[in-house]
Amino acid sequence: METQNQIAVKVGQLSRSYGKVKALDLLSFQIVKGELFGFIGPDGAGKTTLFRIIASLLLPDVGSVKVGDFDTVKDFKEIRKITGYMPGRFSLYHDLTVEENLNFYASIFGTSLEENYELIKDIYSAIEPFKKRRAGKLSGGMKQKLALSCALIHKPEILILDEPTTGVDAVSRVEFWDMLKHLKTMGITILVSTPYMDEASLCDRVALMQKGKILTIDKPESITANFKKEIRAVRSDNIYQLIIDLREYRHTESVHPFGQDVHFIEKGGISTTATELTDYLHQKGHHHIHIQNINAGIEDCFMDLMKEE
Amino acid sequence: MNRFRGFVIKEFFHIWRDPRTLLILVGIPVAQIMIFGFVISNDIKDLHIAVYDQSQDEVSREITNKIISSGYFILDQSIDHPSQIEESFKKGIVREVIVFGQDFGENLERLGVADLQIIADASDANTANLITNYTQAIINDYLKKLNATHQIPLKIETQVRMLFNEEMKGVYMFVPGTMALILMLISTMMTSISIAREKEFGTMEVLLVSPLKPVQIIIGKVAPYVALAFLDAVLILLMGVYVFKMPVLGSSTLLLLTALLYILMALSLGILISTIVKTQQVAMFISLIGLLLPTMLLSGFIFPIENMPLILQWVANILPFKYFIIMIKDIMLKGVGVAYIWKEGLVLLGFTLLFIALSVKKFKLRLE
Repeated sequence: METQNQIAVKVGQLSRSYGKVKALDLLSFQIVKGELFGFIGPDGAGKTTLFRIIASLLLPDVGSVKVGDFDTVKDFKEIRKITGYMPGRFSLYHDLTVEENLNFYASIFGTSLEENYELIKDIYSAIEPFKKRRAGKLSGGMKQKLALSCALIHKPEILILDEPTTGVDAVSRVEFWDMLKHLKTMGITILVSTPYMDEASLCDRVALMQKGKILTIDKPESITANFKKEIRAVRSDNIYQLIIDLREYRHTESVHPFGQDVHFIEKGGISTTATELTDYLHQKGHHHIHIQNINAGIEDCFMDLMKEE
Repeated sequence: MNRFRGFVIKEFFHIWRDPRTLLILVGIPVAQIMIFGFVISNDIKDLHIAVYDQSQDEVSREITNKIISSGYFILDQSIDHPSQIEESFKKGIVREVIVFGQDFGENLERLGVADLQIIADASDANTANLITNYTQAIINDYLKKLNATHQIPLKIETQVRMLFNEEMKGVYMFVPGTMALILMLISTMMTSISIAREKEFGTMEVLLVSPLKPVQIIIGKVAPYVALAFLDAVLILLMGVYVFKMPVLGSSTLLLLTALLYILMALSLGILISTIVKTQQVAMFISLIGLLLPTMLLSGFIFPIENMPLILQWVANILPFKYFIIMIKDIMLKGVGVAYIWKEGLVLLGFTLLFIALSVKKFKLRLE
């Protein structure tokens, strides 16, 4: 089958438990070659467990995982040759310099820094001026770039990045996603997990995960486009009181704080006018009330799906 | 092979850049040897001796004078009957009796060989050993000067007897003991910690997903420590021989091979520990409390095993340390060859294989 060759990762009926806790609950999905695929969900959603199973570091309890044509249980040796894995904690040797870390990871994969320099050039060039510095003394963003360089040094076909942007400053996060886009153009399939909803729109497709289950898988724009409920962003001078008052409002379905706004969804579509809502809030003693109809973001969808679970 | 080399180079960087590791590797052996060595004093001065001269000739008198004028010894009394030897010791002042055989000078002149006996009070084993060595050195010096004018070299057959403690228990025990201790510390603790560290920092995860085989990971981690522990063994032996004048009667090759076997045993134990523990702290705890104390207490290093309660003797028998100390002691002090120590060697080898087998079984290609 022609399409079969286009599948980079195929997961079928995958479950994995730690004792009584179900970390993964009957997951099934496919990732196409060359895709930048995001797994999005809060801590404890099962992202790390899933990645470790795909990287052949953990055995599934039930179900099968195939990376390319290789089974993660039987052919784990083959998988380990073609995957680049970057664990959640930056797995660098703190007492080795930037250059030594890279050389080491290159050597254990049987290659050298010179051989694959082109591949990591864009990422590595940012930290190359510090190549004599010990990895432990690098900033978060630089550590992240070094860890990515290390994961890439053996030219993997599939890159598995477990929460690469957690604990990294905003500027470095943006830079990092630019790098991933660049790597994608080289044909590398990238699996990335993140707890940040705003990073979802940067992926080709995303899986929203919660408590070991996938809530939905789709293109980020399709997920938001399929969201049929109408959302109002409400703002006032007392956001804490605003949340409480909105929750008490008789038409309310859900209320979630989003930065400075509160996203408000009504039961069965909008039935109250903005004026009615403003009056209600005035009564409750709010000032500077601002109400706006908005389009759903990934986080809105996620909150909504979570509630349905 | 390149992979393996990269791995070993990395390990050396770790060791080289961690001052604590270096301190443990170099500082502890030197400090321990010095402490144990100097606690047992090795200075002798004005020790009282007695001479039982059965021949009363020129040569025997000359040797006696030479010994007394050395400054180390004072002639307490001259003895003229064998029964007086033990008597003189029992007074507690005389520490050594030199016995010249009959016709000492004549035998030396005519036959080229003469008999001499040195009897020492070995209740203080260390001093006894020192003074007999000093006495022998003086006699040899005398002979050397004599031989300078003789064509056929003359010989004095010196026979040393240690009274009250014939086997010289306790002497020089600190060198084999320290070796057992230090090599255990370095090999077991350092390897288990260094593997646990990879787990703690999450780098093990990446090593596991790399195409490296578990054997390569383990040997790569251990190889630098084999080299370093071996250097430490040599360092301890050199200090024992040159600073504390410890004799090496047996083959030094055999001695080093024994040390190497013990190092391998300790390393495989270290690997085994590291396959079980998850953090450096636990690795250190097990190595220190679980191994260091038994090495010190149950190896015969400080307390003789024969004097222990039966249960502790059994425990000592199923721990590997005792066998190493027996081997080292026999090679160094008794000068025995392989024929006498192969059993203990086999026991150590058995322990090594057992630990390796268990480690291989326990080492996981995956996370849990």
